Amino acid sequence: MTGASIDITGLCVSYHRDRETVEALRDVSLQVDPGTACSVIGPSGCGKSTLLYVLAGIMRPTGGRVLIGDGDPRAGRRETSIILQDYGLLPWKTVWHNTVLGLVIRRAPAAQIQAAGEQVLREMGLWEMRGRFPAQLSGGQRQRVAIARSLATRPDLLLMDEPFSSLDALTRESLQETLLDVLKGGGLTMLLVTHNIEEAAYLGRRIVVLTPHPGRIFTVLKNPAAGSTGYRKTDQFYRLCRDLRCRLEDACQAGSGGEERHPGGPPAAQTTGFGETKVAGVGR
Amino acid sequence: MADKRTEFSVPGKPANSRPAGRSFPTVAAVLALLLGWYLLSLLLNNPALPPPAMALTAFITQIPSGLGRDFLISTWRVLASILISLGLGVPLGLWLGRDRQYDRFFAPLIYLTYPIPKIVFLPLVMILLGLGDISKIFLITLVVFFQILVTTRDAARNVNEAMVLSVSSLGARRLDIYRHVIWPAVLPEVLTALRIASGTAIAVLFFSESFASQDGLGYYLMDAWSRYAYDEMFAGIIAMGALGYLLYLGLDWLEKAACPWKRL
Repeated sequence: MTGASIDITGLCVSYHRDRETVEALRDVSLQVDPGTACSVIGPSGCGKSTLLYVLAGIMRPTGGRVLIGDGDPRAGRRETSIILQDYGLLPWKTVWHNTVLGLVIRRAPAAQIQAAGEQVLREMGLWEMRGRFPAQLSGGQRQRVAIARSLATRPDLLLMDEPFSSLDALTRESLQETLLDVLKGGGLTMLLVTHNIEEAAYLGRRIVVLTPHPGRIFTVLKNPAAGSTGYRKTDQFYRLCRDLRCRLEDACQAGSGGEERHPGGPPAAQTTGFGETKVAGVGR
Repeated sequence: MADKRTEFSVPGKPANSRPAGRSFPTVAAVLALLLGWYLLSLLLNNPALPPPAMALTAFITQIPSGLGRDFLISTWRVLASILISLGLGVPLGLWLGRDRQYDRFFAPLIYLTYPIPKIVFLPLVMILLGLGDISKIFLITLVVFFQILVTTRDAARNVNEAMVLSVSSLGARRLDIYRHVIWPAVLPEVLTALRIASGTAIAVLFFSESFASQDGLGYYLMDAWSRYAYDEMFAGIIAMGALGYLLYLGLDWLEKAACPWKRL
């Protein structure tokens, strides 16, 4: 198994909120290779989470085409797992019951539930805590349980919505390493939505920057060294973070009407060094 | 073979369990209550308020000669009413709480009927359903049902949508969402509502057993009152208090057993 590919072409998403139509995403195109990690970063209101929910099959696109592997995304696609910002753990279920929930819902045989649950909890160092409730865990441990729950169903696509945003820096880095270990194990494609520049730069082999209101692809950066040993302490990483920060600021301006001030393209188009740049269009 | 214990039950006990010496405040509270009662009876010096020793003696001696039977009859009426209210109110509340379309239709009906004091229907209920168990159970159910319905509906409506979303993403169907998310989320609220409703249920029970009745604690109490048997009247009051307390204890135990995460 090599992980699922993601192929998005001309994706548009609008939804109704408080009797108003919100245009969350407009003409988003993106490809993610199987077995790689892609970071999606952008300011609030850029539709990051909407993109994730479409890929999870929880929201339906209003236009365009989305393919995961060869099929449409749909809720309950057995090979897709999602991790949410606030862990998405159920407070009334123990670590064990939270971890095997996906398998129980899919009516997996009891023996499979037992084997998969035990394996993933041991791998994540949570086996001894299997009888505890989420309220008895630290933030890092809770997120570890959320990852364990996602991995228990043996997915080929892992979607994450700002998974480490409420954690301290060291715990966050430790969990990022855990994710990279999982990725190196093969068979998994990751799409990480984050507002943390360092996280996007460290994990994403491809980094997508979105503009707000509506969400459009501002630029896509290639980051082949992502996740390599010691990458976090290299000059290349620092440069990428600086560059990403500039592009995020430009994306904010573009989203708030700044593009009208740069009819020939945003200033970010002049600087790169990390691969291709696309403006509000196809980001392959 | 799967280990059923770890798969479908809660393995291990939560770290926080019953604190030691918890019974001491209860004993102290009972003693304070008895002391207050005793002092008040001394102060009033009226046969209508006998001292606790006399009332407790009457309570114990009256159990085999009628009080015990009336206690069981009243307990049956309250428990039957609570179970019927739960059976009707919880599913309806869960459904309306999660289905805006139907809730929009039923909400005005609930808002109109909920504040009406149901006890005013006692004469009508007795005419239509007779003087036996059914009319009393119906009246108590009418009161408790609305409390359960409104609490369950509101709790189901306020369930954290992120939880629903995260379980939906695992492929959960509608029934799975109810089973794994909505029901556990509303359960503590239902038990709290039940605890509050149990007091009201006993008040309605007393009222319904006081009129044209031949049994039950309400009848026992009013009968003793009409005979100026104040010690027996207080035996009835103690029995009614015991019924409320036992119900309260039962619900407390149920919450601890069914919602262990709430104790953390």
